[in-house]
Amino acid sequence: MATLGRLDSANLNGGQKLAVKYFTVALALFGAQILFGLLAGIQYLKPDFLYGVLDFSVNRMVHINALVVWLLFGFIGSVYWMLEDEAGIPVVGLKLGNLIFWIFTLAVAAVVVVYLLVQIGPGDHSSIWLINEGREYIEAPRWADIGIVVCVLTFFYNVAGTFAKGRYTGVGGVLVLDLIALFGLYLAGMFYTPNISVDQYWWWWVIHLWVEATWEVLVGCLMAYGLMKTLGVRRKIVETWLYIEVALMFGSGILGLGHHYFWIGTPEYWFTIGGFFSALEPIPLVAMVVHSVFDSGTHKIKNTNHPALAWIIAHAFGNFFGAGVWGFMHTLPQINLYTHGTQWSASHGHFAFFGAYATLVIAFFYLALQKWRGDVWMSGGLAGAWRWKWAMVLLNLGMIGMVMAMLVSGYEQSQIERAIEGSSWVGYFVAQAHPWFVQGMWWRQIFGWMFAAGFVLLVWDLLTIGRSERRPALVHAEPAAA
Amino acid sequence: MSQTEWWASESFWRKTAIWVTAGSFVALMFLTLDSMSEISAGSKRVPAYSVINHRIDYVFDEKRNFQVPVIGAEEPLFGKKLTEAEAEALVSHGKLTTQAKNCMNCHTLLGNGAYYAPDLTKAWLDPSWGSKEAREQMMVGFLMNPQDSLHNGIGRRMPNLGITESEARATVAFLKWMSSIDTNGFPYNFKPIDQSDPPPADAPVENGSPVQQQGG
Repeated sequence: MATLGRLDSANLNGGQKLAVKYFTVALALFGAQILFGLLAGIQYLKPDFLYGVLDFSVNRMVHINALVVWLLFGFIGSVYWMLEDEAGIPVVGLKLGNLIFWIFTLAVAAVVVVYLLVQIGPGDHSSIWLINEGREYIEAPRWADIGIVVCVLTFFYNVAGTFAKGRYTGVGGVLVLDLIALFGLYLAGMFYTPNISVDQYWWWWVIHLWVEATWEVLVGCLMAYGLMKTLGVRRKIVETWLYIEVALMFGSGILGLGHHYFWIGTPEYWFTIGGFFSALEPIPLVAMVVHSVFDSGTHKIKNTNHPALAWIIAHAFGNFFGAGVWGFMHTLPQINLYTHGTQWSASHGHFAFFGAYATLVIAFFYLALQKWRGDVWMSGGLAGAWRWKWAMVLLNLGMIGMVMAMLVSGYEQSQIERAIEGSSWVGYFVAQAHPWFVQGMWWRQIFGWMFAAGFVLLVWDLLTIGRSERRPALVHAEPAAA
Repeated sequence: MSQTEWWASESFWRKTAIWVTAGSFVALMFLTLDSMSEISAGSKRVPAYSVINHRIDYVFDEKRNFQVPVIGAEEPLFGKKLTEAEAEALVSHGKLTTQAKNCMNCHTLLGNGAYYAPDLTKAWLDPSWGSKEAREQMMVGFLMNPQDSLHNGIGRRMPNLGITESEARATVAFLKWMSSIDTNGFPYNFKPIDQSDPPPADAPVENGSPVQQQGG
């Protein structure tokens, strides 16, 4: 047996060895996301900064694409991480999975290099195929879309094949069905039409049905596994909760898609459907908070991995506030008419992506590090625990600060640009020049630096946590009843 | 251990999850089929591309209680009337240009995109272009050389994206077509450019000057 505290891949099973590769790339892309976010933020304050070199459009594109890809890498890594544990057998087709990891990573690198060096092309199909598709969040050129489809099909084969051959748990069943939907939806974004209403209709199928439906169910699966691992919650309990969450999530989220169909040319009946179902969307997120907090209480927060559980709890609350409350605040058409396409959306977007997704992937980073170091102690009295705690404080406070700052700017924009000035270009700039708006952008930048500091500390912590520990991890007594 | 109640059982919630998901998805499919027919180019909500041969305005509708696009008299873009096929080709070239130049990562279109630059939904109707006569040429000139133009008082400028004249004209066509889409009153309370015709030479004179027609 390997020495406790030493990073040794012999401590990991096949799927987990692949998982840590995905996690490594995910963490690097998280860093890139923060860097380009900071650059774009500075341009709000100093518009000449990098003008003509790395324009706002480029920085913002890399910022949001790095976000999507690092979360996808984090999710794929997390699924590989739990796969053998859940199914009880080695990953089927792991060699192919490994090969695909390298292809996927190289493709992502190539796309980013083209984004940064080529940036834009002539107004014809060659640009869309080779440089960038110019559609928010799914800017990746068409060649990369096809590559992504091939990569995720291989990933899906690994997951479905392993569960089919091994043990099909409830978590496994939900996961496989969810992945079919998740990847199938990507195809809805892979076509060109001159009709921007039709374009945006299907574009939202990808974006909304990812982040407000299938991604939510995916993190539900990951959270179920995480709670079993850290708290030792019984499978029957987490799986029942998972089904409840799926019913509530898809029951509200699928037709909640309608809240994106208020203003893109689609019929007025979407006001009612989108408003009603999206108003229900916070309910499953409340359920997740109740679930995680209740389980933590039942187990008296006695857990095997303090940082991982802390990030799981942060996820439950972040998901509820960021996606649920912040989404609900401006989802009804009567208010969305004024807030759609303002800093409100940016405030909600930051809070939701961080609260719902970044947090849970970070929790899996900690689960991975623990086992990678030979299932080392990560409960109370952990050496150097200040690092993960301060990283968590800085990241969360930094995010909340950014979110609040953008919300202030968003309120000002809704009022002055939209309600008073009537949404003309002059109205837009009057609002952008207003001291309240500008203050919001300054505070966003300051809290952005705090967030970045939290990231640096997080990386430092991930590199060192558990290194000087020699105690084995806490072991849960099998709960006879709960 | 007491037996689990039916409403707390795993199998009840598994079945519920499956039925709720399937039901929602089927509902979405039907709504999508209907929406597709309502927003295909040439429908009432999303006009045919040849709408760029006409004046487009954005007028308050008493019944719906918000502004709606109104297709007016013939007013061909760049003075040249196009067939439906020609108009579609031109608008499509413009749409491709907006994608290839990554417009959406500074601007919003139909309110979606980034928030660093103004929304383009009604760009064609924005009062900033001054007069409707000068508008087309100003838009083309701006798109080709935005870096030299005065934009605003806060120092934000659109960079030169190497847009050619044909791309610029196509983009203007795309923007004119987009302004004709019925967006359920978004943007709200918008003050469009004055597109009223100049009064004829023999119009009644009041206080020594021709009566000004009020713009929307």
